[in-house]
Amino acid sequence: MNAAPSLRLAGRARIDGTAVFGPVALDVPGGRWTCLLGPSGVGKSTLLRLLAGLGDEVAFEGEIAAGDGAPLDGRMALMAQSDLLMPWLDIGANVALGARLRGEAHPHDRARAVLTRVGLADHLGKRPNTLSGGQRQRVALARTLMEDRAIVLLDEPFSALDARSRARMQDLAAELLAGRTVLHVTHDTAEAARMGHQVLLMTRDGIASASPPDAAPPRPYDAPETLAFQGQLLRRLMEAQ
Amino acid sequence: MRQAVRAAGVALLALVAWQALVTLADLPRFILPGPAAVFSTLWVSRELIAGHALVTAIEVLAGLGLGAALGFVSAILLAVSPLARSLLRPMLVFSQAVPVFALAPILTLWLGYGLWSKVVMALLIIYFPVTSAFFDALMRTPQGWLELARVMGATPARVMLRIRVPAAMPGFASGLRLAAVYAPIGAIIGEWVGASQGLGYLMLLANGRAKIDLMFAALIVLAVLTLLLHAAVDTACRRLWDD
Repeated sequence: MNAAPSLRLAGRARIDGTAVFGPVALDVPGGRWTCLLGPSGVGKSTLLRLLAGLGDEVAFEGEIAAGDGAPLDGRMALMAQSDLLMPWLDIGANVALGARLRGEAHPHDRARAVLTRVGLADHLGKRPNTLSGGQRQRVALARTLMEDRAIVLLDEPFSALDARSRARMQDLAAELLAGRTVLHVTHDTAEAARMGHQVLLMTRDGIASASPPDAAPPRPYDAPETLAFQGQLLRRLMEAQ
Repeated sequence: MRQAVRAAGVALLALVAWQALVTLADLPRFILPGPAAVFSTLWVSRELIAGHALVTAIEVLAGLGLGAALGFVSAILLAVSPLARSLLRPMLVFSQAVPVFALAPILTLWLGYGLWSKVVMALLIIYFPVTSAFFDALMRTPQGWLELARVMGATPARVMLRIRVPAAMPGFASGLRLAAVYAPIGAIIGEWVGASQGLGYLMLLANGRAKIDLMFAALIVLAVLTLLLHAAVDTACRRLWDD
């Protein structure tokens, strides 16, 4: 992994002539964790899809670029809300999916090492349908880590988990993705308050920045500063149109 | 287990009703023989019937194998290439508008009285259900998988091989299950039109000589063969793609 670059997206997007988001400017600092918080339907996911190079259905006017000027292709990994595990592959093969899809040799040792880091080394030969929802999302995290990309795009990856699994996944992801440029799209104020070095609020008015507490993420979920920040984020969301 | 008991119960009930009909209506043997007569013929003529059943089984299995393979390849071609879709799809639909039954005499003319006209009949009758079931499944790959693959830098060929085909195997399996029931129909039609061997030929022969008990015996063997084939295909599909 090379030095993690910053990311910039500025412009407007339409789908079939209808505006998805207006002129906005998103700046994601390199090597840091940025949460993009906003209500459903505000275009957060579309924005993330554009960065990932997926928005074929979106008419986008503007610029998308990395801070170091090099192309984004091949430097990103994506983790979505659904774990997207392939039911016909065992856990080891699921983790090594990227290598399989690029025709590279199966990286057995690395797959095992990465699964060990998410605490699932014993499950290497099992099928996804034998795992719990939280375990499956840990496998998805391991698959993201296997890609070893400087930029990681997270699209509400923990929103389908129960509160306890979610808090654990947040801690694990913060630890394992440290040092990469992370853009984390979420609609959960508590999650944004815990996770972001930088927290951005996306509403119909555009993207605005909030000031997180000084503590480094992942912040304790029950610390007064975290809770106060969470409340502040929710207030700002409520007051926006 | 309970299902097996229930099936046995239903079969027994059908046999009793059959025998009752024959006895009460006093039907002559050349119109409708009772189950006892049919099963006794089945036993007495077991070598004759087994020989013909083997021929039919080979035709059905060959037709099923070739039709499934051809359907598999066609569906992938259709899924890969818009050109193939625009050329082949109307042909596929047209081929369904022509009753396969009507083709049997022509196939016999072209391929002769032997094995191949029946194999091709079975193949033709299963080709469409297999192709369309698999093709539909190939076109319904979950979007999330395709997008993940794109971000990972996969080539279209590998996406097809590693994601779309395996994800569509349950669809292929449902096509195969239908094919297992249809393939014997194709083979039997082929045998009716022109053959010197096979259960269809035997049934036609027995019918012509008023040996209705032999015709029914052959029919029962055919039904059992079809059920066994369907069960085998179903089990194999379940094992392989646990859907």
